[in-house]
Amino acid sequence: MAFQIFAYILHKDGAVDDTAGEMVAAAKKIDPAASITAIVVGSKIDSVCNSLTASFKEVWKIDNDALSYPNSEVIRGLLAGIIPKGNILLVPHDHFGMDLSPGLSVKLDGAYLPDAIDFDGVDGGKLKAVRQEFSGQVSTHVLCDISGGAVITTRPGSFAAEAGAAGGSVVDKTADALAGGMPGGKRRFVEVIEAEMGDVDITKSDILVSIGRGIGEQENIEITEELAKAMGGDLSCSRPIIDAKWLEKSRQVGTSGKTVKPKVYMALGISGSFQHLGGIKGSPFMVAINKNPNAPIFQIADIGIVEDLLEFVPVLTEKINESK
Amino acid sequence: MDILVCIKRVPDTAENEISVNSSGSDIERDDLVYSVNEWDNYAVEEAIQIRDKVGGSVTVVAVGDSESEDVLRREMAMGADKGILLSDDAFEGSDGKGLATILKAEIAKGKYDLILTGAQADDGAGQVGGMLAAMLDLPFASLVNLIEASDDKKIKIGREIAGGQQEISEIDLPCVLSIQTGINEPRYVGIRGIRKVASVEIPVRGASDLGLNQDSIGAAAAKVSRVDYFTPVLGKGAEILEGSIDEKVDKLVELLKSKGGIK
Repeated sequence: MAFQIFAYILHKDGAVDDTAGEMVAAAKKIDPAASITAIVVGSKIDSVCNSLTASFKEVWKIDNDALSYPNSEVIRGLLAGIIPKGNILLVPHDHFGMDLSPGLSVKLDGAYLPDAIDFDGVDGGKLKAVRQEFSGQVSTHVLCDISGGAVITTRPGSFAAEAGAAGGSVVDKTADALAGGMPGGKRRFVEVIEAEMGDVDITKSDILVSIGRGIGEQENIEITEELAKAMGGDLSCSRPIIDAKWLEKSRQVGTSGKTVKPKVYMALGISGSFQHLGGIKGSPFMVAINKNPNAPIFQIADIGIVEDLLEFVPVLTEKINESK
Repeated sequence: MDILVCIKRVPDTAENEISVNSSGSDIERDDLVYSVNEWDNYAVEEAIQIRDKVGGSVTVVAVGDSESEDVLRREMAMGADKGILLSDDAFEGSDGKGLATILKAEIAKGKYDLILTGAQADDGAGQVGGMLAAMLDLPFASLVNLIEASDDKKIKIGREIAGGQQEISEIDLPCVLSIQTGINEPRYVGIRGIRKVASVEIPVRGASDLGLNQDSIGAAAAKVSRVDYFTPVLGKGAEILEGSIDEKVDKLVELLKSKGGIK
């Protein structure tokens, strides 16, 4: 193929993120013969770069003390200066990728394909990809014209990580990237504020009763608290409950909230967006109760119950209490 | 501070179950209830709160057909001072870049200190704000869940990052921010509020008013296009319990006991 594939590597505290291997898999789905170049930006990143030579043929390093925190406004400027137009850049679709990528596609004059979950070959300069809309309620096939290059974000967890070609080498691109000075000075990073600790640490719970938008009203939360109590578990929730300020932020399960690993997970009125599911690890026994039979959660759950949770939950709580 | 908020009319997922139509060419649109994109509504509320604190104006703009006027009016009833509708058959089929190009042309006609979009809309792309900033050569931040406007040269912002953390930065004005839900509590808009703005004129601008060339907008310029819709298959699928509520409850209690779900 006439293009090269670059992969932006996330890393933290000297460790490469899991998405690095996923991007190898994603790149191979675009072009099975692809020679993939990893791009690593940061400060004191030699060990990160060296470890990547085991799965990338070439590793581009941009290493500077001023890059210790990944400010996408800065990194966009650096990448726009060194990635030749007409090529493909893969970036994980997380809070950083979402910040960096749409604008980078403009700077590189390429197409932008956000949040791809699968690829289905290239035909006549067009890449066929799978995306989702409406928080995962429907999927779509899209065609992306990559003939003039593209920035593509890939959903974390959607591609099974693969190892790439071993025996790669590190190329120091710092001087090239900084040739025009340090970009992005109009947005200055100040600090990261850690999540507040709440009254319950849901990351330690074996049993979680989790509620979503389907709860409808704040006053309905009580019936789910009673279920959690009957089961001996804790109450957690998805994002809309936090946005409505009905529960503390510390009870939110998802990529922007907590990552939990219970044995049993009850999803009540939760549709099952990937951001929510991304916060559930360790394959718990999952029960979904939702009145929408098309809710994506039913594809993930072990047991599905298509009912109005407001009717179902009180009966369930009573039966559990009786059975003890 | 003069603030522009870009909004979109979308099917309301709180009111509808979204499903694919029989041919897979579209979602089932019969009986869909439309409203303003949830993220955009938070952005408008934030703009109104900033204006009420430091002065200035809030303008809402939408790209869409004449029905988008309803969502513009709704946001004006919330407190936006002005609405603008960008509408033209030539805009149809635009991808994210096409939409950003249309909005950029409108923005160039005014002078705004702050431009807000929702962090994403119905298609989950989250792209227009970042593209717009790049086209305008303005600084950008996504997933913003805090704005402290105290200065007319720069503001303090917070971004929602992983694991409940918040990233704090300082950003120079003018800038483009995409707003995350939960940043505020959008006010309720009643029928009376909407009636009050029912007769306010909303200017409509098309491609020629904006000086837009046909080759930068619409389906012909789009590099990304949707081929079809289908129902996702994520896992093997849940075992769906059947029967009356009592029968389902009995079965579920049994299952929960065997899986350690009742302590």
